[in-house]
Amino acid sequence: MLKIENLHVRVDDKPILKGITLHVKPGEVHAIMGPNGSGKSTLSHILAGRDGYEVTSGTVTYQGKNLLEMPPEERAREGVFLAFQYPVEIPGVSNVYLLKAALNAVRKHRGLPELDAIDFLKMIKQKIKLVEMDEKFLYRAVNEGFSGGEKKRNEILQMAVLEPKLCILDETDSGLDIDALKVVSDGVNSLRSADRSFILVTHYQRLLDYIKPDHVHVLAQGRIVKSGDASLALELEERGYGWIDQTVSVAA
Amino acid sequence: MNAQYIERYESLVDALPGQHLPWLNALRQLALGSFAASGFPSPREEEWKYTNVTALEKKLFQPLVSAVSESVDTAWVETHKLADTWSLVLVDGRFNAELSELADLPANVVVTNISEALQQHPEQVKNLLGSALTHESHGFLAFNTAYFSDGAFIAIPAGLVLDKPVQILHVSTHSEALANTRSLVGLGANAQAKLIETFVGVAGLSYLTAAVSEICLAENAGLEHYKVQVESEKAYHFGGVYASQADSSRFIQHNLSFGGLLARHEIHAELTKGCDCELNGLFLAKGRQHVDSHTLIHHTEPYGTSRETYRGVLADRARGVFQGRIVVHPKAQKTSAEMNNRNLLLSEDAEIDAKPQLEILADDVKCSHGVAVGQLDPESVFYLVSRGVDTETAKNMLTFAFANEMVEKIGLDSLRGRVQEHLLDLFPQTGIRRDWL
Repeated sequence: MLKIENLHVRVDDKPILKGITLHVKPGEVHAIMGPNGSGKSTLSHILAGRDGYEVTSGTVTYQGKNLLEMPPEERAREGVFLAFQYPVEIPGVSNVYLLKAALNAVRKHRGLPELDAIDFLKMIKQKIKLVEMDEKFLYRAVNEGFSGGEKKRNEILQMAVLEPKLCILDETDSGLDIDALKVVSDGVNSLRSADRSFILVTHYQRLLDYIKPDHVHVLAQGRIVKSGDASLALELEERGYGWIDQTVSVAA
Repeated sequence: MNAQYIERYESLVDALPGQHLPWLNALRQLALGSFAASGFPSPREEEWKYTNVTALEKKLFQPLVSAVSESVDTAWVETHKLADTWSLVLVDGRFNAELSELADLPANVVVTNISEALQQHPEQVKNLLGSALTHESHGFLAFNTAYFSDGAFIAIPAGLVLDKPVQILHVSTHSEALANTRSLVGLGANAQAKLIETFVGVAGLSYLTAAVSEICLAENAGLEHYKVQVESEKAYHFGGVYASQADSSRFIQHNLSFGGLLARHEIHAELTKGCDCELNGLFLAKGRQHVDSHTLIHHTEPYGTSRETYRGVLADRARGVFQGRIVVHPKAQKTSAEMNNRNLLLSEDAEIDAKPQLEILADDVKCSHGVAVGQLDPESVFYLVSRGVDTETAKNMLTFAFANEMVEKIGLDSLRGRVQEHLLDLFPQTGIRRDWL
């Protein structure tokens, strides 16, 4: 599904990622944890195709293709989805308009016909139940005036509608109370399948109580310093990130 | 220079309406003297600093002497009429009875043309004419007073709530022609009405529209006024709307400007005690279009409220001007005034001059203003693109949304749909699916 090999990334001449290697197989859930400033968000952004980052070396291969060469809209159409840490408010564009525009762009790319209004509505009413959102949110402007929890649910709704292959959740759990966290996690869990992979970028172990990862990686100072199974997350929860930092400094 | 206009127009003065009324002749003479002295406004005048209309003097647009426009495409005119309204159609500056629909007006409501009103209701015309222009003067107004060939006359008696809107449809069908009209709107105490003024012209024609509307609202009257400007892409447009508001009256104005090569809008209101005034504006310009919105709100007495929201979208080499002035007079304590203007520049060569002015001469007031000029937010573009939408469509969606928020404020359903069509027709050119809106 996704192969990141020795990826080095700079922002304004400052190295942020210093050699990341990560392999994600279909159906796997990987959690990337780490302290603030470790480069977690940079990794999510670079996979989604945001500009302002300079790849100095390394490769990213997605389903056998060079991901870094694809413009962001093509990545989305090929099945890469980023749930934003801070979803943007877009006044004047209704949620339902964006969902139609996005879904039909993706369908067109896959050689599928446009969904007609009735089928679309049927589909969307189903998907919105997944994230326990009121249907009136469909007709409101994208994220405008939404609470933190509503914005994150809206991200998961978009994900459910677009049915991506690789879902990257950038700190989706931050700013959520426990009820919203459960809703979001249930939404994600219901989307898990043998051919869909997830990268969960998070600061806290809390999310992983609800979404069970296959692999956990610890990112610190731009490198993956430790990888393991779900138990690594528990260890981090207990001991904090302090011991990781020490490990890194010792290694350096 | 204007001498040419005066010379050329001498012969047709006899054809102007109201020749039998000495007071009107005197008024026209006065205005003519003023126009002869000043000519059209010059960029040297502070209020005309950003809009140069000297081209008009070279162009020498001519009023059509004949009252009949034999070549009007009636089917085309019909497409610009709104459903379920009374309509008064002015073709090239003259009333066209066949195209107008004024049957079944409520008793005592007058909706007619100025020429007719000068015959039937000369005293009412005399009372209204110039009453909203007591503090206004510039070359265009003098020109308009001196030479107006017709216009609409609307009088709603006290206490009457008009259940259907009235549409004044200004149509231009001749090249190099001048449509110079004066419209008068008077609402009695507690009366309520909705009025739409639509300006259209045959595509490709160059002509001049000079339309002045005076609105007089008696105590506690309420008017919703819409101006929709979709002139031809080569047209020159000067349109002034001047409202005089008696105590507790309400004036809501929407100024939607899409067409014309050069368009100047003046929307001025003078508020007295406890009045409400809401000015909403949207202007879109591309190519080499120039659009100028000049607003002025006078708070002369206490407890007035004004809310002003203008948005501009400028592409290519288009140029926009927003001059918004609010004056709070010494007596106007407890005034609440807000002005907001946001402009979107879609190209490096597009330009906007935005000049908000608050003059506060009272000490117990709540006033604010804000102006923003910018490009599309890259974060928003990326968000849409990351969902699979291509960059051009994403930009068009955001541009459309920015403009459409002003369209959404239109209270009349049929008009809102129509204006949205104009928006979609003109701007942005691609990417917005009507059936998804």
